[in-house]
Amino acid sequence: MEKTLPKIEIIEKYCKGCHICVEFCPTKVLEMKGFVAAVKNLEACIKCMQCELRCPDFAIKVITE
Amino acid sequence: MAFDYDKYIRPGKLPHIWCPGCGHGIVMKGLIRAMDTLKLQKENTAIVSGIGCASRLPGYIDCCTLHTAHGRAAAFATGVKMAKPEMNVILVGGDGDGTAIGGNHFIHACRRNIDMTYIIMNNYIYGMTGGQFSPATPTGHKASTTPYGNPDPNFDIAKLAIGAGATFVARGTAFHANQIDKLITEAIQHKGFSVVEILDDCPTTYGRRNKYKSVIEMMNRLKEVAVPVKAAEKMTAEQLQGKILTGVLYKEEKPEYIEEYAKVIQRAQAK
Repeated sequence: MEKTLPKIEIIEKYCKGCHICVEFCPTKVLEMKGFVAAVKNLEACIKCMQCELRCPDFAIKVITE
Repeated sequence: MAFDYDKYIRPGKLPHIWCPGCGHGIVMKGLIRAMDTLKLQKENTAIVSGIGCASRLPGYIDCCTLHTAHGRAAAFATGVKMAKPEMNVILVGGDGDGTAIGGNHFIHACRRNIDMTYIIMNNYIYGMTGGQFSPATPTGHKASTTPYGNPDPNFDIAKLAIGAGATFVARGTAFHANQIDKLITEAIQHKGFSVVEILDDCPTTYGRRNKYKSVIEMMNRLKEVAVPVKAAEKMTAEQLQGKILTGVLYKEEKPEYIEEYAKVIQRAQAK
């Protein structure tokens, strides 16, 4: 079965760069790009939604089908 | 599918004022998920707060909200609930607001067992006013007013609530984000005064004075100290040293204040 990738939407205006999403992502999908979070390796995403759940700033949305 | 938080947030209010890594945002998300689970109507839900970082929360949520005097959230909320008993009243506040300045209101709201839910975000410090120590600051820890370490023993907020007569007491942490909405849901469903203490992190005024290198270290500390109530039953007193119990700590059924007050009105009018 082909793996469908989610869409990770990061609202840069809301992100305060606390690193929580980057550190708690179990497959290291995210990275810090300057002061804000960014997607580094979307292929590795397992749609666990940890980043969306933990982001204190409402900045991440993981959109799955 | 991504959870739609925007539905519950006042348009144009984000980004919020909380510092990078502050757990209050995580708690707010938990509260929104709980409101969604229970299908609470905007016009039928009142969120009441005092003053402080945590008390800024009602400003962001799109429902009936009340931002009141420092520590007086419980007093104002009691008024709301007495006037409109059909409303779901949720109180939010921090440890300083709830247990120091509003300590008296807090214990008496617990004693009355009025049907409300109090979410206390315990970040061990007064954040907004500049990092003064609060009754929840652990002994020996540093704050701006205790630069050589806090000599006072700290409150255990959950135990304080149980002792004062709250009929539902639970504790969670900002690290265990999945658990927060479940605890708040159960607390709102409970008939009587419910207290949910959420252990939080304050990287700006507490973390940097107490040698926490980062938000992640503070979050990992919450992960290490938290022990679920069921797991704690199988642990020895030695193993539980320095640990903090999480989950539903206490639950009982007692006469609820609004109903008891209605009976008083009936008795008075019968004469």
